[in-house]
Amino acid sequence: MKVLVPVKQVARLGEDLVLEGPGPPQAEGWELNEWDAFSLEAAVKLAEGPPGGEVLVVTVGPERAEEALLACLARGADRAARIWDPVLEGADPLAVAAVLAALAATEEPEVILCGAQSSDAANAATGVALAGLLDLARVAVVDAIECNGDRLTVHRELEGARAEVLRVALPALLTVQTQINEPRRATLREIKQARAKPLVTLGLSELGLDPAGVLAAAGSRTVALAEPERGEGARMLEGSPGEIAARIAELMRADAGAL
Amino acid sequence: MSGVLVLGGLAGGRLPAATLEMIGAGGALCEQGAGELTVALLGHEPEAHVQEVNVDGVAEIVTVAAPQECFEAHVHQAALEALIGARAPAVVLAGHTLDSLGFAAAVAARGRHGFAGDVTALSWSERGLRARRGAYGGRLIAELEFPGKETVLLLLRAGAFEPAGGAGRATVARLDPELEGRARTEHVEFREAAVGAADITKAELLLSIGRGIRDSEQIPRFERLAELMGAALSVSGPLVEAGWAPGALKVGQSGRTVAPRVYLALGISGAAQHVAGMSKSQTIIAVNSDPQARIFDIAHYGAVADLSEVAAELERLFDRREPAG
Repeated sequence: MKVLVPVKQVARLGEDLVLEGPGPPQAEGWELNEWDAFSLEAAVKLAEGPPGGEVLVVTVGPERAEEALLACLARGADRAARIWDPVLEGADPLAVAAVLAALAATEEPEVILCGAQSSDAANAATGVALAGLLDLARVAVVDAIECNGDRLTVHRELEGARAEVLRVALPALLTVQTQINEPRRATLREIKQARAKPLVTLGLSELGLDPAGVLAAAGSRTVALAEPERGEGARMLEGSPGEIAARIAELMRADAGAL
Repeated sequence: MSGVLVLGGLAGGRLPAATLEMIGAGGALCEQGAGELTVALLGHEPEAHVQEVNVDGVAEIVTVAAPQECFEAHVHQAALEALIGARAPAVVLAGHTLDSLGFAAAVAARGRHGFAGDVTALSWSERGLRARRGAYGGRLIAELEFPGKETVLLLLRAGAFEPAGGAGRATVARLDPELEGRARTEHVEFREAAVGAADITKAELLLSIGRGIRDSEQIPRFERLAELMGAALSVSGPLVEAGWAPGALKVGQSGRTVAPRVYLALGISGAAQHVAGMSKSQTIIAVNSDPQARIFDIAHYGAVADLSEVAAELERLFDRREPAG
C-alpha cells in the first residue's frame, strides 16, 4: 500500500511581533505542524501492517522546510518530496491543494493522509480540497483508522464528544485529528539514517504547472495582517493568597451569577 | 453572479442554531449591496424547517432533500455544487463545522471559487467581498480579498455573527439535483467518543493547570484539589507535550474545546492555541505569577500570586466543606 502524507512546516512566533504589511511576521523558529505528526504516524502504521507498503511525505515549502521532511523520514517515512516556487509564498489551501494534486496524480497512492488542519492558518481545508481535485472519496477529522483489505473503517469526530463510524473504499483521503495515536520519537540512529533516504525537490514545471495557474487556483489573497484588539482585561483579585482563594471559592459556587 | 446563498445543513433532523447567525451575516452583506439573500435547506425532510429560516431579509428559501437521514460529505458536495450552479451566487456562507469540513473545500477547489474557513467578520463594498479570520494560531488577524472570483465560499465561525430574527416573506422553492448514488462512504453507527474516565467537555467546573506548576510531581496534588472542588482536571498543551498528562485532558486548538460554567486556570500563560479551546467559558478565573501573562486579557477575574500558595489555601477551604449532595 502506498500512502502519501502531505505535511506543512509552520512558524513559531516569538512573544513580540514586528509586522510589516501583509507578509509573514519574523519567525522565532520552524516546526512540523502538530497535526502532521499524527497523520504521519497513522501512515507509517498502515504501511507496517499487511501487505506492507511505502510512505511518501511531501511538502510545499522553501528549502528550510526540508528540516520537517527529514523529521518525517526519521520517524518512518520512506521517501520525501519538496515542491517549491516563490509564487507559493503564503499560498492558501486551494493553491497548495492544486500543487499536491499534480504530484498525487503521478504517484497514484492508495491512501492520502493529511493533518486535519495546520496550527497556523487553521483553515482545515487543504486535504479536502485535494480530495475534491482528485475526485477521491474522503472523510474529514478522523480519530481512528482500521484497514480491512481494500476498505478502511474510520471514526469521524462529531460535536459533543461523539463519533460516526463509517467505511470507505480505497483509494481514499483522510484528514487526521490529533490524539489518534502516539507519534513515535526518532532515535539518534534514525535521525542519521534519514539523511540517506531519497528526498527530491521539484519545481512547478516538473509537475506540469505554471505560476499563473497556481495563482489562479488560490482561493484568497491576504491584504492585511494585524494584532487582534486586546480584551478588556480581567478584574484583578488583590490580597493575601488566603483572601484570593476565598474569593475564587466564592466565584466557583453554583449560585454565583455568570458575568 | 450576485446574491448571497446561506447553506443551512440539517444535523440529526435539526437546524443548527448557528444557521440564524449565517443568515444574519448574509443579510448584512445584502444590505451593503451584495444582492438578494437565499437560504438553502439541505438534509432529510428539509420542508419541515422552512418556517425556522423565514426571517428578516430572506428573499428565497430553497429546499434540497438528501436521500438519507445521515450526513454524507459527497452527497452534500453534489448538492452544494447544484445549488451554486442553479443560483450563481456571489457569496456562499456555511458554518465552520465538522460536517462542512468534509465537503466545502472540495466544492471550492473544483469550482475554482474563492474560499476561506473559520471567518469571523465580513464586509461588502463596490470593490467586492472582504473577510477576516485568525492567522498564526489566532495571534494575528488576516484580512482577505478574493480577486477574480465570481463566487466565494466562506465557512463562518459559530458565535461570531449576530443571528437574524423577525418574520420574513420569503418565497419557497425546491431543487431536485441527482443525489441518489452520490454517497461514497457507508454509515455504520454513531458512538460516544472514546475519551478517558473524565470527559472534560462535559464538566461544569474545570481546574486547569499549565506550565506554572513547574514539576510533574505536583500533578497528584491538583488531581486531589479538583476532586475536593467537585471539578474535573484539565491541562494546557505543554503538560501533554512533556508527557505529564494524557492528551484527553488537553484544552486548546489541538485538544478539546470546553465551555464550563467556571474555568479556573492555574499557571497557564494563555497562548492563543490554548485560548481557542476555552474562551467561551462562562467565568474564567486565572492565577499566574506573571502580571504580563496573556491569560489576563481574556480572563474575567485574575490574580497575580504564587500558585502553590493559592492552591494550599484552596485545599484548606475545600477540605473543610462537606461533600456536595
